Amino acid sequence: MSSLPRASELGLIGCHVCGLVCRDNDMKDAACPRCESPLHRRKHASYVRTWALLIAAFILYIPANFLPIMRTVSVGDVDDNTILSGVIELWVKGSPDLAVIVFTASIVVPMLKFFAMTTLLLSAHRRSGWAQRQRAKLYRLVELIGYWSMLDVFVVALLTALVQFGLLSLVEPLPGVVFFGLTVVLTMLASMSFDPRLIWDSRDTDD
Amino acid sequence: MTAPLMICEHCDTVYRRRELACGEVARCVRCDAVLERHHRWSAGAMLALVLTALVVFVQANIWPIVTLGLNGQLVSARLWDTILMMWNDHSQIVAVLAAATLFFIPLGKMLLLGWVLLFARRGERAPGFRLAMVILHHIKPWTMSEVFVLGALVAIVKAHVYFDVIPNPGIFAYAVMMLLITVFAGIDLRRLWDMTAERTA
Repeated sequence: MSSLPRASELGLIGCHVCGLVCRDNDMKDAACPRCESPLHRRKHASYVRTWALLIAAFILYIPANFLPIMRTVSVGDVDDNTILSGVIELWVKGSPDLAVIVFTASIVVPMLKFFAMTTLLLSAHRRSGWAQRQRAKLYRLVELIGYWSMLDVFVVALLTALVQFGLLSLVEPLPGVVFFGLTVVLTMLASMSFDPRLIWDSRDTDD
Repeated sequence: MTAPLMICEHCDTVYRRRELACGEVARCVRCDAVLERHHRWSAGAMLALVLTALVVFVQANIWPIVTLGLNGQLVSARLWDTILMMWNDHSQIVAVLAAATLFFIPLGKMLLLGWVLLFARRGERAPGFRLAMVILHHIKPWTMSEVFVLGALVAIVKAHVYFDVIPNPGIFAYAVMMLLITVFAGIDLRRLWDMTAERTA
């Protein structure tokens, strides 16, 4: 068999929640007979939602990087760290290998998400037939690694709870960490609202 | 009983299903996504895994994770100390995120799954099965315990420069939980729909 039939061509819908194969009877508020979740051919308003969440995430990503995320006070000496300066400090004083991990989780992964999601949105919207398999894989990669960006947020939270030595030494969270946490959540929501099936809804599929 | 057809959720291609042999993985020809894996875990085995995870989760939460020492002064922190500290330090949003992704959602996931599996062992659908399965589907991406383990590691290395660091049982419990989560991630819960039958009244 050379051609691969798609659900929309056969009048079928796969339930997004439980995976059941249902007949597409063109009703407005169709629900899955097995799990009662609403049935959609494609995720509802996928482009608009994904763009909105992605842009919101990008706006919050700016203060997340420029505002300090953590304050270290030791005997009157105040030291504010941003995400990047924290990575540099870890590289110089701690261990370079962990610095690479934090750099990847806090800077490479969010940037990759912004670039990848923008590429996916633009190419799917143009119904492009370009590199569909690779784009499908890129989307799955974004889904898989996205939440690891929370790493720095948890580091700040733990250090805040641990470094409580009064005047001697104290760690406090600063607003940057809140912006960063929100950025991660918004990018996760953005990649969830994107429908990877749109990649394959091109004008001329090269099967 | 398995349904005769399945649809790739990544590209909408329709396939006829067939039984997979041990270790086999079905992949979509069009987009290369995993369609289905051979399931070696029975419902009973999965239930045992959930109960293990639950025991480890309790351990991870009641024991401190690490203790820091400075000039003989000791400070230790459990997960909830961390969450409450963020709440009191003007980072309520972070506190809520941490409480949800590290405590409430993982706990809810284990309880719901345990409940469903308790009945699935006998091929039955638990009361509230449908709702439990829908909730499990929606909360799936929001567990971050494994990220927290790596975060604890980074925090320890950072603190190590200035303080004495004493690892506590909590961190080991978290490490075990990380392994269990990895095992869990390979299990497709959707097959519970096929494994259980609706009770006919």
